[in-house]
Amino acid sequence: MSNDKVIIADKLTKRFGDFTAVDAISFEVNKGEIFGFLGANGAGKTTAMRMLSGLSMPTSGKAIVAGFDIYRENEQIKRNIGYMSQKFSLYEDLTVKENIRFYAGIYGKSNQFIKEKTERVLRQLHLSAEADKLVKSLPLGWKQKLAFSVAIFHEPQLVFLDEPTGGVDPVTRREFWHMIYEAAASGITVFVTTHYMDEAEYCNRVSIMVDGRIDALDTPQQLKKTFSASSMDEVFLKLARKATRAAD
Amino acid sequence: MPAVIVNNITKRYGKKNAVVTALKEISFEVDKGELFGIIGPDGAGKTSLFRILTTLLLPEGGTASVDGFDVVKDYKAIRKRVGYMPGRFSLYQDLTVKENLDFFATIFNTSVEENYELVKDIYSQIEPFKDRRAGKLSGGMKQKLALSCALIHRPSVLFLDEPTTGVDAVSRKEFWEMLQRLKKQGITILVSTPYMDEASLCDRVALVQSGKILSIDTPEQIVASFEKPLLAVKSDNMLQLLSLLKQCEWVEDAYPFGEFHHVVMKGEFKADLSAYLSSQLSAFEMVDTNPNIEDCFISLMKENDE
Amino acid sequence: MKQFLSFVKKEFHHIFRDLRTMFILLAMPVAQIIIFGFALTNEVKNSRIVVWDQSKDAATTSLINQIEASNYFELDREIYSANEIETSFKKGKVKLAVIFPPHFNEDLLHFNKAQVQLIADASDPNVANTLTNYASAIIMDYQDRITNERKLPYTITTEMRMLYNPELKGAYNFVPGVMAMVLLLVCTMMTAITIVREKEMGTMEVMLVSPMKPFRIVLAKAVPYLMLSAVNITSILLLSVYVLDVPINGSLVLLVAESLLFTLVSLSLGLLISSRAESQQTAMFISLVALFLPTVMLSGFMFPIENMPLPLRTVSNIVPAKWYYSIVRSVMIKGVGLHAVWKETLILAGMFVFFLGLAIKNFKIRLA
Repeated sequence: MSNDKVIIADKLTKRFGDFTAVDAISFEVNKGEIFGFLGANGAGKTTAMRMLSGLSMPTSGKAIVAGFDIYRENEQIKRNIGYMSQKFSLYEDLTVKENIRFYAGIYGKSNQFIKEKTERVLRQLHLSAEADKLVKSLPLGWKQKLAFSVAIFHEPQLVFLDEPTGGVDPVTRREFWHMIYEAAASGITVFVTTHYMDEAEYCNRVSIMVDGRIDALDTPQQLKKTFSASSMDEVFLKLARKATRAAD
Repeated sequence: MPAVIVNNITKRYGKKNAVVTALKEISFEVDKGELFGIIGPDGAGKTSLFRILTTLLLPEGGTASVDGFDVVKDYKAIRKRVGYMPGRFSLYQDLTVKENLDFFATIFNTSVEENYELVKDIYSQIEPFKDRRAGKLSGGMKQKLALSCALIHRPSVLFLDEPTTGVDAVSRKEFWEMLQRLKKQGITILVSTPYMDEASLCDRVALVQSGKILSIDTPEQIVASFEKPLLAVKSDNMLQLLSLLKQCEWVEDAYPFGEFHHVVMKGEFKADLSAYLSSQLSAFEMVDTNPNIEDCFISLMKENDE
Repeated sequence: MKQFLSFVKKEFHHIFRDLRTMFILLAMPVAQIIIFGFALTNEVKNSRIVVWDQSKDAATTSLINQIEASNYFELDREIYSANEIETSFKKGKVKLAVIFPPHFNEDLLHFNKAQVQLIADASDPNVANTLTNYASAIIMDYQDRITNERKLPYTITTEMRMLYNPELKGAYNFVPGVMAMVLLLVCTMMTAITIVREKEMGTMEVMLVSPMKPFRIVLAKAVPYLMLSAVNITSILLLSVYVLDVPINGSLVLLVAESLLFTLVSLSLGLLISSRAESQQTAMFISLVALFLPTVMLSGFMFPIENMPLPLRTVSNIVPAKWYYSIVRSVMIKGVGLHAVWKETLILAGMFVFFLGLAIKNFKIRLA
């Protein structure tokens, strides 16, 4: 196993009864890469992400995440990844600082580390003045950015972002992506799902799932060329329209 | 007379010490038969506006009317003639497709047969599953059922609150095609969405942000009013490129945009920028580009903040 | 009207398609009656008794032999003081003490009259009741026999005392209690929860933006629960009469009418809760804390109200179940008519009007 692969999935499969949610997907994600994971509702994205983050056991196939086997070492995997979703919310009734402290504490970071890094993160987010305010008093965009900072606070090898920018205004959305670029530049691998097709173009590589399989995987530029499309939106529509199975 | 008139509507939430103003003196009109889009991010006040117009909330200030009826005084009349599809899926999950539709028809004192023509186009797509429980439908099918139920009494004005949120690109596209066909039947449609790219599918749009309207016009006019030169630039290291652009004196704004970064210029400085980037980067690509609604929204938002 | 009926039909769909709700609504009342009922009606066989024979004469010996000879009793031991009665009860095995006063036979011969005392451990009221009945039957039997033999009218009076639970609260008292609980559960909690569920699911929003009058929405939701309560009242009464042998001594019509009145009180409480609560949990919590606990604790069904301190006795007056419980006991067990329970009936009717009025006043025709 080489060290620059953060995810290696090999024929990863998940069945629920006679329904194959994820059908033998194989792919690799490199260290520091921003990997877009697209698919229509019900294509199997969520199930695949659950397996990769150690929350659900595959039916068959292999996968190594952050250097750990997803069957035997899911506890280590959980320690080495971060997770954020649109629905994943910070505790609204805790302050900004308390939220950071709490999540950092879960990952067993030292008080010294937490203290120093909290200050740095708050400065970067321009939230220093709001450190002791309740999270519920922050605007949505700030919450999302804070949630992302919290998800990578323990400096994981890999962070899963499940539709992180849903409903966010276009300016904040771009600020958010700026943070993603910075995280990737610092060596954190980013695994992201989104419904905004223009965001797919921000990714280094994009995979598109249809009916539980990965039907396309390449750089956005290459995908557009292959499917002779002018935008990722078109690529996605061309692929997703082939889907035969009903979304959930 | 316009189908919807909104005049200085203000909506506030919360008590004395923590008041949130969801809508700040909003005014606009929607003509009969128009497909009107309210475009803005979460927290812009879209849902509050829809709830005021559907008589579910009382405004703190201003007046509004739907079909000539006042939203406060004549709430009963409005409830008889509008169709409303809230942001969340709001049908009975434990009733079947057919039971839901029948139920809504009866509640509105009509029958499915009476208005079948109107919903046929949409309902026929889910009719093969008419005995399935609504909770067991796919996202796209739920949406079609919800729309059928909102239409079954042939409303004169249809309010759709974020019908495409969380729906994948394919279903979104189908949904908008259905709305275009409904419009032909003469129904006035107000639809809200956080997706900027959906603006071009509306007759007119209001761009909203933090309870205020940034602009109201046809999508074409909004785009045409973007006057500054806009460039699209890309290079191998997009992060580095962005910080270079942001520091540049000729650049008003720079932000990621798909495969490129969009650069809003302060004037005709394209040649200067190109020369500067050449001195800093080994390779880059720069082209003129046309703004779209999202560029306009970003620019209006930033103007508004200042 | 068609709207209304269609709403009621929809409500039945919700109920019949949710196994959990169905279970709570229909199976639980039956289960409760049966579990409590049978727990309280043990088969009485070979129960251990103690005897304190202060006479030790021919008559007492003969009587003790008779008691011992029956299937029901088994002599644990003889005792020689009053203290020993309680000691043996507390050990748990002995359920009944038979006490003969001194000079039993002499009294019988000279005055044709004698006394036996039966003391039962009434912590299990049904058993105590059965045992004393059996024992006195045996004593009566003996009395009849000697009367026949000697052609003289002998009378043996049996004096009975129940230790620990002098009111003998058992199935008789239990049935009215369960009826109150079940009706509250079905009407108040389930109605409140089902309305609040529509708020949570967002369907209330769509219902409000419809020509359906807001308060009708809520009434329509209450109708199925009223009907299901009628089913429950019937099944509980049938079980009580045919399985638990609790008689209905008074008028059945009156009993059912009073039960429906209590159902209405419960429904109006459910509507009141639903107009306030925003989540199903809140609705459930309010129903449990504000209604169930008082019903169990303060209706007189578990603990006699007369023994409570004044503040609790005062509070118990606002618990609807207290009045219903008292009505059912009077009608069902004492067999009295409306003339004896008109006061309670009036109180319940007042409560219904008050709660319903409050619920209507609180009902929102908008979201906020």
